[in-house]
Amino acid sequence: MLLAQSRPFPDWEWLSRSRNVDRVIDAFMQHIELTVLAVLIGFVIAAPMAIAAVRWRPLYKPLLAFTGVLFTIPSLALFVLLIAFLNTGLTRTTSLIGLVIYTLLILFRNTAVGLDGVDPEVREAAEAMGHTRRQQLLRVELPVALPVIIAGVRIATVTTIGLVTITALIGQGGLGQLFLLGFQRRNPTALLIGFVLSVLLAVVADLALVALERGLTPWSRARTVS
Amino acid sequence: MVAGTDGLVNVLAEVVRWLSDATRWSGTNGIPARLLEHIGYSIGATVIAMVIALPLAFWIGHTGRGGTLAVNVANVGRAIPTFGLILGAFVVFGLNLIPVYIALVLLAIPPILTNAYVGIREVDAEVREAAEGMGMTGAQVLARVEIPVAMPLIMTGIRTSAVQVVATATLAAFVGLGGLGRYLIDGLAQGVQFNVAARSMVIVGAALVALLAVLTEFLLDQLERIVVSSALHRERALGPAEPAESSNAPIVT
Repeated sequence: MLLAQSRPFPDWEWLSRSRNVDRVIDAFMQHIELTVLAVLIGFVIAAPMAIAAVRWRPLYKPLLAFTGVLFTIPSLALFVLLIAFLNTGLTRTTSLIGLVIYTLLILFRNTAVGLDGVDPEVREAAEAMGHTRRQQLLRVELPVALPVIIAGVRIATVTTIGLVTITALIGQGGLGQLFLLGFQRRNPTALLIGFVLSVLLAVVADLALVALERGLTPWSRARTVS
Repeated sequence: MVAGTDGLVNVLAEVVRWLSDATRWSGTNGIPARLLEHIGYSIGATVIAMVIALPLAFWIGHTGRGGTLAVNVANVGRAIPTFGLILGAFVVFGLNLIPVYIALVLLAIPPILTNAYVGIREVDAEVREAAEGMGMTGAQVLARVEIPVAMPLIMTGIRTSAVQVVATATLAAFVGLGGLGRYLIDGLAQGVQFNVAARSMVIVGAALVALLAVLTEFLLDQLERIVVSSALHRERALGPAEPAESSNAPIVT
């Protein structure tokens, strides 16, 4: 048993030694930063793809298949291939490219399905009110599709929070750095802190997105009340 | 775009040279041995997860007790960082297969549990009542009606888990074990950007893991068709089951 050293567990004093608190905070902030950037960039790429796929239906299946294949590539394999083929090395850019790739399937699929599910009558009503194509999309279709889109953003966010820890193997990692530290120094306290914070971050992010959805779609609340 | 000053052709030529070395094909670090280890971890973890999750899902789905738990376990499962789980279990249990199996089994349980539960739950109430009206016991209803009708979703859960397990089994190499992850972890340690042999090694390792994942998806998809059609054939009087999964459905759980 590697644990059988005289150290207590959990060893809270570890936090106060040699600026380990700063290390935890830095890792946590990097975790949030990588997650937010990956999901935002992923959405900026996936949303136009979804809008295009809903307008020109033949695009849907190929785009779904393409993002699906990317999603199937094992994450460590993808990160390592990015290092082998790109000039970006062990940088944040490399990690972000990989993380963004994994958000695409979920964000594309949910956005496309959400937009596609808008009632044709709603669409016609918007047209009859004199909305242009762009106004229709921004004022009617996107808001109506919002619950399904946010369901996608929630899954993409929680998945990304897990994947960020893997990027510790290519020089980033957020809280995954604490996993590495705990592993290399046989320090279960660092591992535990990283693990708990990572799960906590996923839960809080998920709840925050649920709250965001409620805030952005007041009409759905009214409907369930009545 | 391609690493350093090497062109893509050179990179691939190096990969071919790396592969043509006879030592890559035999011994404990040879490709066949690493591939078998990887398949071994993956099948082991998926089967253990099935043994735990399926009976639980059948029981929850049949009795209707604990349904919220069965649905939420998928969300919780997604939030758990498998990498941390493997490293944590390693620090506790040391260099053996236990850490890897703990992490992979925990990863595989949620999709199997949630899909099988939803499959059983969604069996038409009238179908269930008809089976009971025919004098079937609870166990018979489960075995002859609910499980066959739920088979598409049961198989979807197993497939989802198996593919994730194949992908994640690469992390076993990080805690000193084998599998195809060895090529990725060792290559990274030797410096993929500077070392041509290391780069070839990670490209081969990554390609093999990706292929294995895609192959797993394909084979289980084929198996699903066979199992589902034979299950429905036996229970034809019940009418067709719902389609397992439509590519038009949003991802919600």
